[in-house]
Amino acid sequence: MTVPIAETSHEADPLMSPAVPLLRVEGLRVVFPTSQGRIEAVRGVSFAIEPGEILALVGQSGSGKSVTARALVGLAGPRAQVDASAMTIVGHDGGVVDLLRLAPSAWRAVRGREIGFVLQDAQVSLDPLRTVGREIAEPILAHRLLPKTGIAAEVKLLLARVGIPDPDIRAAQYPHELSGGLRQRALIASALAARPRLLIADEPTTALDVTVQQQVLSVFEGLARAGHGVLLITHDLAVAAQVADRIAVMQDGLIVENGPTRRVLTMPSQVYTQRLMAAVPGAATRGHWLAATGAAPARETVASDQPPLLEVDDVSVSFRRPNGSTLDALAGVSLVIRLGETLGVVGESGSGKTTLGKVALALRQPNRGEVRFEGQPWSGLSESARRPLRRRIQTIVQDPLGSFDPRYTVERIIEQPLCLRGDRDRAARRHRIAELIELVSLSPKLLARRPEALSGGQRQRVSIAQALASEPDLLVCDEPVSSLDVMTQAQVLDLLVALQVRPRLAMLFISHDLGVIQHVSHRIAVMEAGRIVETGTVAEVFDDPQRPYTRRLLGAVPRLPGRC
Amino acid sequence: MRASTHNLAHKLVRWAFPHLGVILAVLWGAATVTFVAVKLIPGDPVSILSGGENVVDQAERAVLIQQYGLDQPLGVQYGRYLGHALAGNFGKSYQYRQPVISVIAEAAVPTLQLASAAILLALCLAVANALATAGGRRGLRTVLSGFELALLSTPVYWISIVLLTLFSFRLHWFPVTGNDGFASLALPAIALSLPLAALLSQVLRDGLEEALSQPFALTVRTRGVSEIALRVRHGLRHAALAVSTLTGTLLAGILGGSILTETVFGRSGIGQITLQAIKTRDMPLVLGLVMMSALVFVVINLVVDALYLIIDPRLRRAKA
Amino acid sequence: MSVDESALWPLRSSTSGAGRRHPWRAPGLLLPLAFVLFLVAAMFAPEWFTALAPDAIDTDAILQPPSPGHWFGTDELGRDLFCRVIYGTSESLTIGVGAMAIACLGGISLGTAASLAPSIVRKLLVRLIDILLAFPELLLALLVIAVLGRGPVNTLFAVGLSHIAGYARLVRSQVLLVKLSGYVEHAVTLGEHRWTIIIRHIVPNTIRPLMILATIGVGTSVLAASSLSFLGLGVVPPEAEWGALLADGRNFIEIAPWLSLLPATVVAISVISITLLGRRLQVLLARGDVP
Repeated sequence: MTVPIAETSHEADPLMSPAVPLLRVEGLRVVFPTSQGRIEAVRGVSFAIEPGEILALVGQSGSGKSVTARALVGLAGPRAQVDASAMTIVGHDGGVVDLLRLAPSAWRAVRGREIGFVLQDAQVSLDPLRTVGREIAEPILAHRLLPKTGIAAEVKLLLARVGIPDPDIRAAQYPHELSGGLRQRALIASALAARPRLLIADEPTTALDVTVQQQVLSVFEGLARAGHGVLLITHDLAVAAQVADRIAVMQDGLIVENGPTRRVLTMPSQVYTQRLMAAVPGAATRGHWLAATGAAPARETVASDQPPLLEVDDVSVSFRRPNGSTLDALAGVSLVIRLGETLGVVGESGSGKTTLGKVALALRQPNRGEVRFEGQPWSGLSESARRPLRRRIQTIVQDPLGSFDPRYTVERIIEQPLCLRGDRDRAARRHRIAELIELVSLSPKLLARRPEALSGGQRQRVSIAQALASEPDLLVCDEPVSSLDVMTQAQVLDLLVALQVRPRLAMLFISHDLGVIQHVSHRIAVMEAGRIVETGTVAEVFDDPQRPYTRRLLGAVPRLPGRC
Repeated sequence: MRASTHNLAHKLVRWAFPHLGVILAVLWGAATVTFVAVKLIPGDPVSILSGGENVVDQAERAVLIQQYGLDQPLGVQYGRYLGHALAGNFGKSYQYRQPVISVIAEAAVPTLQLASAAILLALCLAVANALATAGGRRGLRTVLSGFELALLSTPVYWISIVLLTLFSFRLHWFPVTGNDGFASLALPAIALSLPLAALLSQVLRDGLEEALSQPFALTVRTRGVSEIALRVRHGLRHAALAVSTLTGTLLAGILGGSILTETVFGRSGIGQITLQAIKTRDMPLVLGLVMMSALVFVVINLVVDALYLIIDPRLRRAKA
Repeated sequence: MSVDESALWPLRSSTSGAGRRHPWRAPGLLLPLAFVLFLVAAMFAPEWFTALAPDAIDTDAILQPPSPGHWFGTDELGRDLFCRVIYGTSESLTIGVGAMAIACLGGISLGTAASLAPSIVRKLLVRLIDILLAFPELLLALLVIAVLGRGPVNTLFAVGLSHIAGYARLVRSQVLLVKLSGYVEHAVTLGEHRWTIIIRHIVPNTIRPLMILATIGVGTSVLAASSLSFLGLGVVPPEAEWGALLADGRNFIEIAPWLSLLPATVVAISVISITLLGRRLQVLLARGDVP
């Protein structure tokens, strides 16, 4: 679904000949001197952007892509040492502006006017205490482009240009009053306000739902058509595939591959790019390892006559809002998970999937309906009756750091459930801990560390080890890989898939990411606004979606070429 | 724009109503606490109320007993007392032989002068300090922060004494005691403002730095806005939010500081009459002072809460 | 002026994970520690530091400025000021620690009850804390003195009681922070008992930051007690307590300012040292180095 964009006189100057690149970068290096020595974040990066072109700079965290973007506007940090053999942009007057060694006052003339910058998550990237209109007007005022009287009209034009309806009303509102998609578009409008030719967007759609993401991406497509140059920074290859004309893949401060989108993604010449693509989960990766090598274990389908492990029976959950009205988080939800089966629950924000997870864990009581475990009451039990059974259902969450006691070391964390079982024997506990960390591929050296000192992927493994300690039958996974890089995500998913086979863990896998769900699940449930809209096996739901919402969801997901 | 101001006024009024209940609750609490305190004082109740043994003759004794219901059961006394208190009738101060209300009102004027001057000065110092040093070089920040800590830990009376000794006794720049005119206000105001400025600076600076490290600050920089404009136009508002959580502490500091400063500099005001009232056990006056201070506290906290609502639009949504 | 509120901030930034570094708050540990140790020594063994007696009157040497023979000068009765300051340490610090203990115990009880009790009790207690907070601490202390009268013990109670509400609020916000945290909920899914959670998770994570605040609170209490004495409503002469010395010196400000300034300086340095120590502990706690 594309959003119509008013193409007005904001078009970039058509007199520029396409032979002269808008932005030219050669041999860019950024070094940070720290107490532990020099850190070379960017080690010699070269690329160019033509007017009307979208270049996607793709890489994992730590690859240097964000530092590159910030260095282009002189905001890499006060201690950053930026150097290049060339870093130029074509200015409004047609002359070439050298971006190296600019004085602070010269930088202020460039930022916003020659180069616009869009960050991710407009909720925190726009000043929450100022109205949208004033945020958008700020660059116009800063560069003194218009008299005060003309500002309001210009703001309206900009809002219309990014496809925000009712610009009069929206301009007077505050960022928190807009939906996520509108907010992000307002942020883009503020980056365009001083009419820069080049737009740099750093992960602009990462915090957004899939359907909203598509709308925002089409804004960038429209801008490129109008003659702007766009540098899109992203970790998501599929997003790059959808909108970019060219892709540059970054690893460890260097660009390892650079070329037209189609070519890079269908015939990648570098191993790193190939591995990156292979790590993206989806229907095509079912039954394969994402990151590991070798043959993946065969996944058995779960027969439908297996006894149910968890039954959610017509459950409804409502909350009372501060102003008195009720919010129905779940409305009449029913599902069944069988022994050894992974049920993937997919939905956008507000669909109720997190509440469903909490109900399954009996952390929230349903207002109506009940949850049964192995045919016996689960939600209806008193907490003291339920407590000894809790070890059978465990959970891992998106940010595992929040579920650890801040004083505990890794060893104590994993030991927590073991202590509960009354295992007096310390040696036996130690032995079990050693088994567990081997199962999740964690080094024993990490046992004495605190989780704050670990990486995201390591923390998630600790969380999984702790969850497995009590030998549960069901694992409730609430967005366990959403905060992780593609490669780390691939490793953790591989681990979870391995656990499906041995020790045959059943899972309630909640995620907003359709590719992850497709890769990991046996069956799928699609949720919207507190209801289950569609269920079925992966093949049934994805190849032949019945409901319009499912179809809309599937249609909005950006895909890599060569994958269905 | 006008529609939204009207809207805002509407929301404020609707919001204020339940808070009136809080005011009443606090006043009731204050009255009860003081009632309990008076009843705990050992000795003859009439002597306590009149400021000493045998101060009043038989006729006045009878009047007092009748007025305060001292021959009635405790419950009735409490009820009478509450009634009087909430009507603003605290009786007569036996020291000054005047209604308590007028004693307090008269003493409040110089204290208000002092407090306002001190707050103004403290705000100017703190804002300038925070704006100049937020996110700055570590060396400067360390020195200033150490200075602020010293000011916070130093007794207000010490600062007062130092200023008095230096500028009044030795240099004769300012009069030693007195209530008249700007000259006698200057030193006490400075003494009172310094610890306030120290506390405000710390909070403002922390709030400012917190704001400047947020993603929206980066967005503002990418627009080509200068650092100064970023701090003033965006940062200060966020920092102000941080300060409003400190209102209680600041008010307590002002009141306590006023008492101490007025003592050192020999100024008349609430501080003086409070001390005298306690020394001479002038209970009606003590009761009146406690109630007044509770009222002031609560009202100012409400005003600050309302300001919070104006500054932070995100809070308004929940009320809608 | 309360130092406690400002002491909360490193707490907040460490729990919010902002991870900002405040290098100035971890200055050389040595100087403050040395001074505090000196104070403790002066408390228990004042004779190490001065050979004179605190009430030794010497009418030939009244109101003398500081000199090699009398480091802090002498007061209106010829008593050596330095000696009186040293002997006053014990009383002043005892009042400070005692008041702190009362405020802590009262604050912890009230604050914990206001966070963990059943709903109706909770609401009532929160209102009670709000009401108490409407009184400035100095005024509350003065009220207690009005009822009890002057003297060291009464000063201790006055300062202690007046600080309860402030601590109750701190305790409550800290307990709530912990109670609503992810790891408490996670402990439920692991199957931990309610009481196990309280004892193993809530209490340790609440107590430690508060104990450090209590350390800083000793400084605040000393400050408050000395203010009361300075006003003539706390400890009165001829006791050698620091505040009493100040009250005494007030009468001679013009001709002998050292009588007030020097004891007040000692108060200030003591409070600064204690606060610095407390803040350093806070930083260490945030970094996870405190066991």
